[in-house]
Amino acid sequence: MHELSICQALIAQVELLAREQRAQRVLSLALAVGPLSGVEANLLRQAYPFAAAGTVAEGAELAIEDRPIRVHCTSCGQDSDATANRLLCACCGDWQTELVSGDELILSRVEFEREQAYV
Amino acid sequence: MCDTCGCNITHGNQHLIAPGGKLQKTERGSEAIGVLKNLLSENDHTAAHNREHFDRHGVFAVNLMSSPGAGKTSLLEASVDALRDRYRIAVIEGDLETENDAQRIRSRGVEAVQITTGSACHLDAHMVHDALHQLKLEGIDILFIENVGNLVCPASFDLGQHRNVTLLSVPEGDDKPSKYPVMFRAADLVALTKVDLLAVLDDFSTDRALSNVRALANAAPVLELSVKRDETMEAWLAWLEQEVQQHRQRCQRGETVRPRIQPDGARLHALAT
Repeated sequence: MHELSICQALIAQVELLAREQRAQRVLSLALAVGPLSGVEANLLRQAYPFAAAGTVAEGAELAIEDRPIRVHCTSCGQDSDATANRLLCACCGDWQTELVSGDELILSRVEFEREQAYV
Repeated sequence: MCDTCGCNITHGNQHLIAPGGKLQKTERGSEAIGVLKNLLSENDHTAAHNREHFDRHGVFAVNLMSSPGAGKTSLLEASVDALRDRYRIAVIEGDLETENDAQRIRSRGVEAVQITTGSACHLDAHMVHDALHQLKLEGIDILFIENVGNLVCPASFDLGQHRNVTLLSVPEGDDKPSKYPVMFRAADLVALTKVDLLAVLDDFSTDRALSNVRALANAAPVLELSVKRDETMEAWLAWLEQEVQQHRQRCQRGETVRPRIQPDGARLHALAT
């Protein structure tokens, strides 16, 4: 269960961004999480309120976009969908593929309210 | 991947950055900023710092990962015995509790630092950084980092190592790579350990284990080892020696290397542009 430490890292980044943007309050956060990141979205959702408590992100809505697993085949050049334990090309069946998406663990968007003086 | 050069932006995720500027007004009139920051960037920053530290001293760092009891410490003991006349070796041991593993290594005349994580199920770059304060890296050729026995969490944290080695012991079953794809996808080398038990555990197929690793699009060498059979250790020791030599050459050129799974983002970024 490393989701709590990942949530704490998330909150640290949000606090830094909020300072940079002179935000008074963070309203929402959007994450993109792929199955191959090794992080479970539901566990993140459970850990999030504990990590956010007492910070500028307390009460902010957390939206998690589940990213699909897509591979690029280095043999036939096609992109296709795949599953976590079968990263094979769906077109030619070759295993020599590269991941296009599915391992993301990314903070993609932060919505905030600024202090009045800076609006 | 880092968050400064844009290598984490691929054609698979670039739509996540809003077009027409990063800062946008939302429907409810507040402001939103598109960031695309890796959530582990703080860990990755420390990991990069650790890697620079290793490279400055010409140290080749290997992260050993597996389930508990797969034979990481036994493999280290056998490797230390085989290599200590030619290479200077140090070990960082990660466990929830006890100094047992560090003592096993020290009894072989090699410096070992034990990290006890308490309840944490993995090592992270900060813990390794703290452990490095207790080690003199001058003159070390190989640093083994034995991660906490766990096939899940350690795969998500870069420690600053140059290579990942994942062990799969015969009693665990040949389908572990399919059950724990994140871990086995991260391996630069997969060591099938305790192969002396294949004679009694005949439901383990090394061919199936290999094809389960390949199904993760992982081209890493898959070696069959038993610390009880010296002849099986040769390929493993040869791989290590080759990696040490290659790393020395890289350090002389001012270059470094990261475990295979991480440069994917940079490669795909090149494809996308």
